[in-house]
This record gives sequence, structure tokens and C-alpha cells, in this order.
Amino acid sequence: MFGAGGGTASYREIEEVDVVLLWGSNAREAHPIFFHHLMKGLDNGATMYCVDPRRTSSSKFADVWLGIDVGTDVALANGVAREIIHAGLVNQAFIDHSTTGYDEFKDAVEPYTLERTAEITGVPADAIREMAHVYAAADKAQILWTLGITEHHHAVDNVLALCNLALLTGHVGHWGSGLVPLRGQNNVQGGGDMGALPNKLPGFQDIDDDDDRGKFEAVYGTALNPTPGLHLTLMFEAMGRGELTAAYVLGENPADSEADIQHARKLLAGLDTLIVQDIFMTRTAELADVVFPASVAWAESDGTVTSSERRVQLTRPAVAPPGEARHDVDILAELARRMGVDIVGDCGDECGAPIPEKLWDELRSLSPLHAGMSYARLEAEGGLQWPCPDLDHPGSPFLHGWLWEDDLGGRGPAPFSVVDHIGPAEALTEQFPLRLTTGRSLDSYNTGVQSGGYDSPIRYGEALDINPADARSLGIVDGERVKVSSPRGTVEMSVRFQPDIPAGLTFTTFHFPDLVDINQLTNDAWDRKSGTSEFKAASIRIDKLPAAAAT
Amino acid sequence: MTQPNNDKVVPGTTLSEVSVRVDGTDVTVPEGGTVLDACTAHGVDTPTICYAENLTPVNACRVCVVEVEGNRTLVPSCSRPAEDGMVISTDSERVRHSRRMVLEFLGTSTDLSEAPQINEWSKQYGADTSRYVEGGETISEPVKVQDNLYIRDYDKCVLCYKCVDACGEEAQFTFAIAMSGRGMGNRISTEFDVTLPDSACVYCGNCIGVCPTNALQFKTEFDLRQAGEWREDEQTVTRTVCSYCGVGCNLELHVQDNQIVKVTSPADHEVTHGHLCVKGRFGWQYV
Repeated sequence: MFGAGGGTASYREIEEVDVVLLWGSNAREAHPIFFHHLMKGLDNGATMYCVDPRRTSSSKFADVWLGIDVGTDVALANGVAREIIHAGLVNQAFIDHSTTGYDEFKDAVEPYTLERTAEITGVPADAIREMAHVYAAADKAQILWTLGITEHHHAVDNVLALCNLALLTGHVGHWGSGLVPLRGQNNVQGGGDMGALPNKLPGFQDIDDDDDRGKFEAVYGTALNPTPGLHLTLMFEAMGRGELTAAYVLGENPADSEADIQHARKLLAGLDTLIVQDIFMTRTAELADVVFPASVAWAESDGTVTSSERRVQLTRPAVAPPGEARHDVDILAELARRMGVDIVGDCGDECGAPIPEKLWDELRSLSPLHAGMSYARLEAEGGLQWPCPDLDHPGSPFLHGWLWEDDLGGRGPAPFSVVDHIGPAEALTEQFPLRLTTGRSLDSYNTGVQSGGYDSPIRYGEALDINPADARSLGIVDGERVKVSSPRGTVEMSVRFQPDIPAGLTFTTFHFPDLVDINQLTNDAWDRKSGTSEFKAASIRIDKLPAAAAT
Repeated sequence: MTQPNNDKVVPGTTLSEVSVRVDGTDVTVPEGGTVLDACTAHGVDTPTICYAENLTPVNACRVCVVEVEGNRTLVPSCSRPAEDGMVISTDSERVRHSRRMVLEFLGTSTDLSEAPQINEWSKQYGADTSRYVEGGETISEPVKVQDNLYIRDYDKCVLCYKCVDACGEEAQFTFAIAMSGRGMGNRISTEFDVTLPDSACVYCGNCIGVCPTNALQFKTEFDLRQAGEWREDEQTVTRTVCSYCGVGCNLELHVQDNQIVKVTSPADHEVTHGHLCVKGRFGWQYV
């Protein structure tokens, strides 16, 4: 946000925060150790508002739970903004000095009165008003979110709507306050930082910028394609058009994890060439022409990963990899060598095998954000937070301090964004009258390939959580097996009565695709700006099975 | 525009210091430091059992006591803040006698066979655990094995409260366990003594992480010990980062014969403070 893709605050800042808006995040289960820091903040007297369609385990620690209707986050944020403006609680000095586009924004949120916002979102007007006032009046306040915000077809609008609230109140760019997207995988932050984005080089430098690209070309000793590539969703569309015919999948299981999974599997199966590099024989690997077994990155390999607070940390090999499994970069280097290209250069040992520390030093020479992070420092200092531009720099606990500098650090002011409520791509209909949203549970993870390896006593398999009143009106009992259908597919699964789920909503995880292939139901309508599919809002119906099959 | 207060992160900010005398030598510690910090700064090895650097002291075990001039009673060093001008004795006969008694009582009533550090102190202080055996009661009940993640061996429990605090308001805020019973019936217990899978436990294992006597231990460790194959001196410990969510928790992988046998987290790391969740603590078994 504001030019850098990372959470603006550190975990330890939340221990001293006054107000927390936990918005579309069940951090208690999905980010448990971050939640320890958050609990210290609450124990120190912070007030927490939890915005979530479900009454999650996180929301049970909140002062107020705002049970929002799925996909109405922009309306709620705009309603909060309007209330802050009308109550005279904006930080006018900050707006005047550090932002642009305020007047246009003010006009755009004017229609979001408390009454209208309450009607769209299902959140009582009093709760919206209270959250707006308490957030705006706080000294230090943070907004935290995860996939409840970003797995929508208007994901970027959701994020911008939250950023607007921080700009209105000045709750960003100083110790204790901030905007924090909690990252879902141990190196999803690092992947983006390292240029695993179709338009970026490492350190958020632009592939289509001649100066940025030129630096890399000089060090790599080769010309680079200046045209931005495709993100995952566009790749699948290109597969559908027959334009993309080969894919090389590293450490991802799209044959289980994509929305509208039957469609995705058909596309993967139709490729001329599918190469998978993984530590597991995943469903995607089963479709592959070639599988490269990789060593386990965090327990069998040297390297770095980057966390939600932009902290780069070292991984170290503790055990030897099995059989023919090799380090990820070893496999890439060997593949390139067989194609007649040396991608290791000066970063290899005497046999030409890449040395992770040397690759990292090369990266440091090209990415100013990481320049000061030597392996020695990462080891001695327990990791460092970017930006860390030189060896004497202590790293950066929070971002965007420049917003408070007299000359804005030589940058332009941060823009307000005008965003409007759209709602889920798939409206509820008579045929599909219930909302399905998916998410994580504490002891499991993604498609279950890692977490399936241990025997958790608190794992109860997959079930569709449903409000007991909804279930009873369908004549369904707790634990009954039913048929669940969306416009894209049908699965059989058990229902679980869950009073914390509001009427009209259903919920399940996606951790057990072998038991319940839930992504047959999810919607692959996607956000044009981020490429993310709308996993959080499908419409479904529930049908009883013939009596014999339902127990 | 008024600048916000970012003092917390100004590099080079130093706290004021306090000056104390430890066994006749002047020592300084940062303000807010404890008598234990002062002893450690002076290079004195102080026995501690209920203390952990990632928990607030509860003053349960009394083994870390020292003499502070002007104080009528012995002082628990782990919790007493250091004050300017304090005169501290760590090795007086009174201190040694008190520590010896504590170690004798604990060693008599509980099984400290898997607590080598405490045994070393017992030797150092001349604790004679046979003194009270005749007629003395010990806890003797079967090891509780209720799942494949960790076991509870109450014979080894010294009732230090660390597990209760780590489960509760010091880290996890789950409150699955508490102290129950009286006298020899005193136990750390789940609600109504239900089995762990039936309790509020979320299997973060932070209780194992702080247990000083191995009363709580990984099932993997328990099984290897039962088979006579637990060889701690052959194990390596490697620091790395957890493979699950994006929080970036530091793990210490304890490896024997190229197999991970248990996982801890460093108490001094600012991300975890030594605490993990069920995935980080137990989710490595696929490796």
C-alpha cells in the first residue's frame, strides 16, 4: 500500500495499541502466535472490534463483534468513513499535509449514511457508529485483515476502503498504528518481495522500467523480457484459450486449491507439458508429465523466508533430504544447465551448484530494501525487517514514517481512493439461497498435504457449519450427510450445527479435498486488479440425500 | 504538523541503570531488572525452577532465594526488582541451607530423573533426598497417554505453575488447565479432570515448552525413552522458521538419527517468545 507491498506495523506494536479493527481475519486460528501479541494488547487495555460474518474464535475476544454480511466490506468502511467525517473526528492536519483526493472521497462516501450502511451490511447502525468514533479518537489504532478482505472479486477495493480509514485519521506511519495484512503462508511475503509477481523484479522494482530492469540485466549478463507476464488467474484463462500450453508449478497444489476446481483440473490436464516441483506427490503432481522432488525448504535447506511484519529470517537444514530430493535452486540451476544456460554464475561452488548465501548477496546488491541484510546479521539479530538499505541500518519496524515528515520524504501525498459497494459476484437466488464461505481451522492448513502428516486430537474432519435454525427448516439433523450444490458442482458432506454461524450463511474449511472436494463449489469470479478468486462468497443449496445415504 | 511519538524505536535509546552489590562486587542492571538479572550479570549461577524468562514470576519454588541486607526474610531473586544500593549475598549459609531444603523436598516427593539441571543443583547444594523417604509420601500414578502428541507424567510434576501460566494469560489465553486439589492431592488438571482431547486444550504444547522436569513431554520423546533410544547427547538443535502461516515463528528442531524428535522455540526471540501453535509444535511429522 502507498507504494510497497507489506504490512506497515510490527507484531510488538500491537501490544501497545489502543484500538484494533480485526476485519475479515480469524487470527486466533490462522495466525495463533500473532494473536499472542494481540492478546497482550488486549490485556494492556486495548479495545477490539471484530468484523466477520462468522462469530469466530477471534471475535470472542473482541469488545464488539460486527457480524457483517459476506462481501459488504466496502459499504461498511465507507459508512465508517462518513460517520468519522460527520462527527468531526478526522485528522485534518494529516489530511491536509499528507493526502490527496479528500474532497472527492468525502463526496463519494456521503451516500453511506448509518442507516443505509446498516441495511447493506446487516450490522446495526449503533455498532458502526461506535466503531467509527472509537477508531477515530484513538491515539494508536491498527486495522488487520486477511483473506476475508482479499478473497473477493472486489478485493483491491476492500483493501483501499480500509486504507482510506487510516488516511482519514492518521493511523498509519507511526509507532503503534498501521494497516496490517496478515500473510497466509510462511513465505508469501518473501515471494512477492523477490519478484515472483508478473510485473515486478525483486524489491518491488518494475520489469517494464528500463532503469530498474537494466540493473538486473547488467548483473545477470543477459537481456530480460520487459513485458509483464500473467498472474495465476490470467494463466488459467490463457490455458482455456489454448495460448498457454506448458506450466512449471513449484510448491503449489492448484489441482486442489483453485476455485471452481473441476474447471481448473481440466485445464491443467489439457496442458502439453506440466512440470511439478514439490516435496509431496500432490494431486497436481499426479497430473504432471515430470515431477522434480524437492528438499523441504524449512528443514532441509539453507535460505530465507519473509514474514507478515517484513522480517527476513534464515531457514537452516536440520535433516538430510530423502532419496533424490534436491534443494529448489539446485533443481532450477540444473534444469537451466541442461538447456545450455548457466544461471548460477559467480554464486556457485566449485562444481557449479548454487550457494544460497551467495545468491542472497547478489540479491542484496540489486534490491535496496534488502541491501543491509547479510546472513551474518540475519543470524545474529534474529532476522531484520525491510527496508534495511545498508549494513548499519537497524531495519524498519513500521513503514511510511515519511507521511509525517515536513517534506513527505520527497514523495507525493498518499491518495484517497473512491470505491463503491458492489457485493458478491454471485447473488443468492431461489435456486441457490444460502451463502457459502470458506476458511481455515487451527490445526490444519491449506489443502492438507503438510498438516495431514500429524495426528491432531482436535481434528474432526470436514463438515458444513450451518445455523441450526436454517438446518431445521430444511429438515436436517446435526451430523446428517447432505448434498451441497452451487452453480458449478455438487459434493456430499455432513452438516454440523453451529450457533455461531448467522442464519443464511454456511462455512467449511478447504483442508480435506480428499474427503470433500469443496472447491467444486467455490466461485472463480476474480478481481481484475489482484487476480484473486472469490472463495469467500459462493451461493449454494442443500438437499437431503435418500434416507439410506444420510447417516 | 505535529510528529507522532516514535521513541520506542529510536535506535541507541538507553534505559537508566541501577547499581547493586552482589557478593561484594558492584554490578549494574537496566532499570526494571531483577535481583536475578544482577546475579546473572555478575556471573553467579542461580538455581531456578518456576522461573522462565518468557513468563511473569510466580514465586512458587523458592529455590532462587538470596539474602538482601535489611530484609528480614530471604528474597526470591527472580521477581524482586533490583534497587539502587541493594547489598545481595547469594552464597551465605542461610541461602545455601534454604536452597538445600527446597531441593530435598522436591527430590523426595517427585521423580526428578529427567531433570538433569535440577539434579546438578541438588548435588551442588548437598541435598539428601533420602532424608524424608521413610514415611514420606510420593505421587505414584500411571503416565497419562491420551493422544499421539504429548503425555503427562504427574510423578515428575513439581507444581511450578509454569504450564498453567503459559496456557493462560502469559501466552495462550486458553485456560485449559489449572491447579486443583489439596496437599498430596494437588495436581495440574483439566476441567473436572476430563481427558485432554475432551478439554479446552488446543495442543499448542506451550506447557511442554516451559515444563522444567519433563512431566509434560512430546509423545515422540516418551516413546524413544521407553524404547531406551533417547540419546540427548547425540542430538543436534537447528534454528529455522516454521513452514505454515506467515507469522514467521522460529523453531528449534531437535534431531536424532536424521529424524526430528521434538520442536522448541527460543524464549528470547521477539516473534514467538518461546511459544508456538499446534502446527508449529507438532506439524513437522511429514518431514
